[in-house]
Amino acid sequence: MMPGELPVGEPVPSDGSLPEGVSAGKRPFALYIHIPFCARRCGYCDFNTYTIAELGGDDSIEKQYVDALIKEIILARSIVGDQQVTTIFFGGGTPTLLSSSEISRILDAVQLQFRLTDDVEITTEANPDSVTAESLGELRAAGINRISFGVQSTTPHVLQTLDRTHNPAQVPIVVHAARDAGFTHVSVDLIYGTPGETIVEWEESVRSLLTLPIDHISAYSLIVEDGTKLGAQVRRGLLAMPDEDLNADKYIVADDLFTAAGFAWYEVSNWAKPGGACKHNEMYWKNNDWWGLGAGAHSHIDGVRWWNKKLPAAYIKELQDGTSPALAREILTVEERSFEELMLGIRTREGLPLSLVSHSAAEAALADGNLDTEQYQIGRVVLTRSGRLIADALLRAFSDV
Amino acid sequence: MPALPLNEAFPPSQTPPGSIRNFCIIAHIDHGKSTLADRMLGITGVVEARNMRAQYLDRMDIERERGITIKSQAVRLPWRSGLDGKPYILNMIDTPGHVDFTYEVSRSLAACEGAVLLVDAAQGIEAQTLANLYLAMENNLTIIPVLNKIDLPAAQPDKYADELARLIGCDPSDCLRVSGKTGMGVEELLDQIVLQIPAPQGDADAPARAMIFDSVYDTYRGVVTYVRVIDGHLSGRDQIMMFSTGVRHEMLEVGVISPEPIAGKGLGVGEVGYLITGVKDVRQSRVGDTVTNAVRPATVALGGYKDPRPMVFSGLYPMDGADYTQLREALDKLQLNDAALVYEPETSAALGFGFRCGFLGLLHLEIVRERLEREAGLDLISTAPNVVYRVIMEDGKEIRVTNPSEFPTGKIGQVFEPVVRATILAPSEFIGTIMELCQQRRGSLMGMDYLSEDRIEIRYSLPLAEIVFDFFDNLKSRTRGYASLDYEPTGEEDGDLVKVDILLQGEAVDAFSAIVHKDKAYAYGVMMTQKLRELIPRQQFEVPIQAAIGSRVIARESIRAIRKDVLAKCYGGDISRKRKLLEKQKEGKKRMKMVGRVEVPQEAFIAALSTDADVKEKSKK
Repeated sequence: MMPGELPVGEPVPSDGSLPEGVSAGKRPFALYIHIPFCARRCGYCDFNTYTIAELGGDDSIEKQYVDALIKEIILARSIVGDQQVTTIFFGGGTPTLLSSSEISRILDAVQLQFRLTDDVEITTEANPDSVTAESLGELRAAGINRISFGVQSTTPHVLQTLDRTHNPAQVPIVVHAARDAGFTHVSVDLIYGTPGETIVEWEESVRSLLTLPIDHISAYSLIVEDGTKLGAQVRRGLLAMPDEDLNADKYIVADDLFTAAGFAWYEVSNWAKPGGACKHNEMYWKNNDWWGLGAGAHSHIDGVRWWNKKLPAAYIKELQDGTSPALAREILTVEERSFEELMLGIRTREGLPLSLVSHSAAEAALADGNLDTEQYQIGRVVLTRSGRLIADALLRAFSDV
Repeated sequence: MPALPLNEAFPPSQTPPGSIRNFCIIAHIDHGKSTLADRMLGITGVVEARNMRAQYLDRMDIERERGITIKSQAVRLPWRSGLDGKPYILNMIDTPGHVDFTYEVSRSLAACEGAVLLVDAAQGIEAQTLANLYLAMENNLTIIPVLNKIDLPAAQPDKYADELARLIGCDPSDCLRVSGKTGMGVEELLDQIVLQIPAPQGDADAPARAMIFDSVYDTYRGVVTYVRVIDGHLSGRDQIMMFSTGVRHEMLEVGVISPEPIAGKGLGVGEVGYLITGVKDVRQSRVGDTVTNAVRPATVALGGYKDPRPMVFSGLYPMDGADYTQLREALDKLQLNDAALVYEPETSAALGFGFRCGFLGLLHLEIVRERLEREAGLDLISTAPNVVYRVIMEDGKEIRVTNPSEFPTGKIGQVFEPVVRATILAPSEFIGTIMELCQQRRGSLMGMDYLSEDRIEIRYSLPLAEIVFDFFDNLKSRTRGYASLDYEPTGEEDGDLVKVDILLQGEAVDAFSAIVHKDKAYAYGVMMTQKLRELIPRQQFEVPIQAAIGSRVIARESIRAIRKDVLAKCYGGDISRKRKLLEKQKEGKKRMKMVGRVEVPQEAFIAALSTDADVKEKSKK
């Protein structure tokens, strides 16, 4: 998953080499693989994804794209060296629009270039209507061991507003099919705060998912992004802007239900049963190293972030020409790195050492009931639920050292 | 009668007083004074047609744009009378047309023997004109009533001739009818000025005495002082002395304006002209002061000099704290040309470093503020204007309060506030609504007269504080813009006044404190707390907003705590973007003013301190 807008940065050498003194291997290493294809574009989505029609109607682009991905895997190997990969994540777009054999081809290339850890986590995102019992079996056979379904809601009018194509009745079927295919880790994504969604409807969505054999849930409040169809609808007054007070109530409802069902929060928008936390996402939040493969994908190695060209054709062309597909990069300053550490850590259950945040701001947050008292006593900053809901505001105060 | 060729005109300093006529034009804004003056410049030939430009005499851009004249000027116009065929010198002394500058007007009037009362034949007389007319009559000036714009289809000269006749006690047929625009009747007016206005009288052999009626700072020349010679003679070689200060100055130049400066040998009895002495600050050359010869000084000053007294105070703060020094420099520079402007440094917990400034009135405040913003390129916040209070404590101690935050907290005996006599002219259909407004503003009716069948003059005694708080906007809207207002200070009165503080989370915000009448404290408290509830963004905690008199809370609102402020997602591709967003938010936070723990955006201060009318005005720009 990645947002549509790319940051501004400095140019990357055409061979993709890292600045002097920067190298992988200091921290665990992960791979993200971006598949920028969707059957149709959802109205709220600003990710870097395209329908085949948008790409000129030529479905041979999928094969070319996978060829390019494999070239980038080789490029990555030449730059970061022989690293052990702890997690791999196929995001999109809709990765399951690729045939299982193409996915196998990618994973084979990864295994050819890199060592995988014994307990490597390999996740793919999927739409409930983009998989079948058969394809799930093939994905599992290809080595994927975790699957995350974009369910979003079980309320038909909400799905319609979001332009989601699946029928909510498909969800239990595909979740069970995934379990049957041998996926022990199954996750679902939910979105709350869609215009028109009542709190009762949201609660129903949550309750119906909790009956399924899943071990992980992500619940996001809808972000109305500029440049999306939804953004335009809100701007024109056709849809109401999500009410953040109501969203806070929805968060609380969901958090209560998740907790009661045995899911514990481990990041602001993520809950898991014991052993179900997504290790790949934890790589991001711990500021570890990862290489993002594919059009528009972001990478981070040892304090350097870069991002690839967004358009699949441009991405493919660079790799065909033997050059790095990176568009630009930023080399983080010490201050930026420590700010990111706060920014990411504050959102997690693990929290932050008290010594990293402004003492007066922490005291105030504690007094306001936004910090966990016990954790505070042992020198950790861990947000309470009310604190999670205003994590950005607290971060601004905490980083005011 | 054609213009008088300059070589046949009397040269400055050699004009027999009997051939001089000094006059001013009393008129309301937009009643056509500048157009008439332009026309006089053209007809008397002092400005050739090809050099003519509209509002020739209004020097400052700001005046030209607003259509008002702040600084008066004197123009020497040679004229051969069509009635007796003799040459004369007419000195036209321009007068400021607004309520705040009454004192300056009175000095301009004192330099004249007569006044042209110029009234728009389509609109009738306005309150400020009436006030100035009364001032002229008190000064025993000969009044020549003139209806202007008679070329307009909407002109009703007969109706307004009746009105003027009633006001000054003449016959309606005595009102001249002119059009400054077409020039119709202007020559006749010049002849009538010669005929009706008395020549100046003075003792040519007495020690020199000249009255300063204006003083302007010029970047290249220093202060240019405009004077009317009463007795004796001022020559270019004299050393002069200012009566009020006793300070002596070398005269560098003396001359007349016609309408460009013409340096000459001197000025004699009855003449009007300018002096340049090299001083750099108008406060050394004050309006109303008497200039005399330093070697042979007069013993008695001309009467009527007053120190300018600020009536309205407001805090001026730079929007960007870094501009404080620039603001101070701009005020210093402005003061060179504005003897009435006073200021001293002030610190506000909410607004930072700024200046408490004293003004003659609201227009003066607006003009100063606008000039600071325009000429120095500053963005300013001005606090709500307030008047000066005199507080007598129970122990007899007296405290002068120019800023509500200075209002004492101890046992207060009495509070005195300035009171004005307000004159309102309006169509009679609005009597009810005007009286209602004045009553609401603690006014007491002093009298009412019909100017004509359907126009009235209403006189009220009102606390000045009520006028500085959006009175005029209210009056205008209640009368669909037809009412005009003038006021003059008449002293002070004991008032039942209290200070209302506004507290955010228990902490008083100095910029929002106000001194109000006890009966209005509640309304003020409710208005401010509600306004702030709308303007201050929700914080991480609930913020109570209270209005209080001392420790007694009179109104209360609260801003609910923000419940959700967190981005839903933060994955690999989101990190750079999110970091940049948060950095930007942190930058925004730096521009917030902190009141205790409450972050208040600067815009909230500005909006809370402006009246609604201001806000509408600003949004139009």
